[in-house]
Amino acid sequence: MIGYLSFIVLIPLAAVIWKSTGSGLEGFWNAVTSPAALASLKLTFGASVVVALVNAVMGTLIAWVLVRDDFPGKGLVNSLIDLPFALPTIVAGLTLLALYGPRGPIGINIAYTRLAIVAALLFVTLPFVVRSVQPVVHELDREMEEAAASLGAGGFTIFRRVILPNLVPAILSGVALAFARAVGEFGAVILISGNIPFKTQVASVQIFSNIESDRPTAAAALSVVLLAFSFLTLLALDLVRRWGSKHES
Amino acid sequence: MSIAVRGVTKRFGDFVALDDVSVAIAGGSLTALLGPSGSGKSTLLRVIAGLEEPDEGKVLILGEHATGLPPQKRGVGFVFQHYAAFKHLTVRENVAFGLRIRKRPKEEIRGRVDELLELVQLNGLAERYPAQLSGGQRQRMALARALAVEPKVLLLDEPFGALDARVRKELRTWLRRLHEDVHVTTVLVTHDQEEAMDVADRIVLMNEGRIEQTGKPRDLYEHPASEFVMGFVGPVNRFDNSFVRPHDFEIELEPDGTSREGIVKRVVHLGFEVRVEVALPDDNEIWIQLSRERTEALDLEPGRSVFIRPEKTKVFA
Amino acid sequence: MRARYGLRFAALTYLMLLLVLPVGLVFYRTFQHGLEPVWNAMTDPDFLHALWLTLLIALIAVPLNTIFGVACALVLVRQRFRGKAVLNALVDLPFALSPVVVGLALFLVYARTGWFGPWLDAHGIQIVFALPAMVLATIFVSLPFVVREVVPVLREIGTEQEEAAWTLGASPLATFRRITLPAIRWGVTYGVVLTTARCLGEFGAVSVVSGNLIGKTQTLTLHVNNRFQAFDLVGAYTASVVLAVLALMTLFLMNLFRKETPRVDSGPRRDEALR
Repeated sequence: MIGYLSFIVLIPLAAVIWKSTGSGLEGFWNAVTSPAALASLKLTFGASVVVALVNAVMGTLIAWVLVRDDFPGKGLVNSLIDLPFALPTIVAGLTLLALYGPRGPIGINIAYTRLAIVAALLFVTLPFVVRSVQPVVHELDREMEEAAASLGAGGFTIFRRVILPNLVPAILSGVALAFARAVGEFGAVILISGNIPFKTQVASVQIFSNIESDRPTAAAALSVVLLAFSFLTLLALDLVRRWGSKHES
Repeated sequence: MSIAVRGVTKRFGDFVALDDVSVAIAGGSLTALLGPSGSGKSTLLRVIAGLEEPDEGKVLILGEHATGLPPQKRGVGFVFQHYAAFKHLTVRENVAFGLRIRKRPKEEIRGRVDELLELVQLNGLAERYPAQLSGGQRQRMALARALAVEPKVLLLDEPFGALDARVRKELRTWLRRLHEDVHVTTVLVTHDQEEAMDVADRIVLMNEGRIEQTGKPRDLYEHPASEFVMGFVGPVNRFDNSFVRPHDFEIELEPDGTSREGIVKRVVHLGFEVRVEVALPDDNEIWIQLSRERTEALDLEPGRSVFIRPEKTKVFA
Repeated sequence: MRARYGLRFAALTYLMLLLVLPVGLVFYRTFQHGLEPVWNAMTDPDFLHALWLTLLIALIAVPLNTIFGVACALVLVRQRFRGKAVLNALVDLPFALSPVVVGLALFLVYARTGWFGPWLDAHGIQIVFALPAMVLATIFVSLPFVVREVVPVLREIGTEQEEAAWTLGASPLATFRRITLPAIRWGVTYGVVLTTARCLGEFGAVSVVSGNLIGKTQTLTLHVNNRFQAFDLVGAYTASVVLAVLALMTLFLMNLFRKETPRVDSGPRRDEALR
């Protein structure tokens, strides 16, 4: 077991970390703080934060509608939520480019803009918050809401004070997963963003381009930043889960 | 001796589940391992079955060393509290499981399964799935399954614990009758003293990983070895330094030299018997069990003064 | 009342604009000029090779990850040992990594200039820019799915059925085959569906390690990119539609099997195996 895992996972990752220090710590630092690298990191994290926030709102909304509302075709819509999980990322990017790009039928062209990156990331991260929040909404104790209503609280107040606090751990959990996914996303953004350095080049694309132009050390350095970030996210996720489980019995 | 346990100790981390436990169980008997939660009775049963390995000590089954043998090789039948039914198999396939593992011929399996289903009164239900049976039926199936391979000993871990009270009582009687028919050495774990007293030939009472007393149910009731035993197998009152059963008090309306005065606090009619709660001067409260006739004869009411004297007391060192 | 319709409208509109319309448009665009261009695109040797290669990789990666997944789940749920948290984190790692980083990692180990490079070279084994690296990359990224789906099922069924089987004389292997495996079959199936979908859709990691050699080391996803870069929109859309149809079939199967498993969402839940 450990052997299989080491072979597949551990050794390759160790190689990345090793390579990133190829030019020593100073070289690492330079590679990571070069103007191009900084720009791509800022763009990556910035876009991911925006995406995380939008998902927090829309994901919760969609989860709510899927559980509490009823309309013909709801089952179909529910299945569709998983489409970004099943669809290859390159295809996802292509479909967005088709509709919102230069040859799009509705005249909107956001190709090669930062907005395009956000759109692509929203596509691939859609299921995370929805699927995280859905079961919690499902399990919500209706009687809590009824008790609040009997005490005089109106709809929005009930949502804000009774429902939302119970959803927060699940929302945070989904947001963390969405964020981690968005930061590393490659296939969906590569076509629609145009990869213009300093403008629309995200970190993963820059890593790829570094590999292609035979600069593995720079690629490794940037990768280590992303790796460290993944690790932190997993940690944060664990903390959120533990905190969330305090609310349960 | 059918089962011999010698000096068994079992720890789970820091928790000592069994502390140097030794017990012998006679062939053909129905023995109850009785005790409160955490007393180690289930652990002891599982050690006998081979589902847990003891840290120290030995287990012998029919004179042969069983310690170190996996459950497959011990020839034990085990019945679980929550049935452990094979959900994806029919009743027939469940009962036949052990026989199929042993690669018995098909006709033999069929015959034996039919015989067993008849024994446990599940004949019409052979093709059903466990999910379609009631709790009581599932447990009877589990018993048939365990008996199918003719085990040397039959071990039951709180078999009626997940059933409701009425079914529990029915199955209890049914198990006793089954034992009389089949006569396999049986060990039953339970926390219900009434169940143990009703069903078992011998009781092994455990507490905190140790055996408090073994003996016939009547022996434990009338000659308890400790305060714990006395309190566990029946109701008990504390009176001065001794312990008295509620039905071992004499109650009169006049003093007679050795009796103690008390005031009746409550008279509770519980169907065929009456419970009289009496407050004694030293802030002690006891309750006495009386028949309806006696209660009426004495005309007992709250507030009345009475004189009580224990007929049989027990003192423990 | 109005709030309900407002919410419904907002949710459906969002999904339309983000998912349904883009994907629908690509389907439309593919068949816009009739079936002939589509047929040509699908009979193109590069397309066919890419399709075959994609399926081949999946055929290798999925069974391997399934066996690993079941074994790992058994270890995580049924055994007590220190370092369970580490094992858990390792299994979850592929979820959190950028596929490009995965590709880079494999490249650094198995390329000619990599750690194992000289040894591989000396034995005439080619990993990078060839099938083996692509298989490794695909295994890496699709590692967690079966494990994550089987763990909660294993936990839920508990050990009693297995113990009962032991007392009835079944060896551990017979018990696994007759009792454990049937009990977890839906979890395994669901995990296999997810794993397969991930394998078919992999792009970033294989982009790095395959060298993207047309007609030799291109998977279907790489083919889509390749056709797009060559301004062959019909080719790109056609391959996309094939992949999308596979994705929709996956969705259908997911929906079918989802009911049989105890879980509703598809995100990883590491802490469960830790308790």
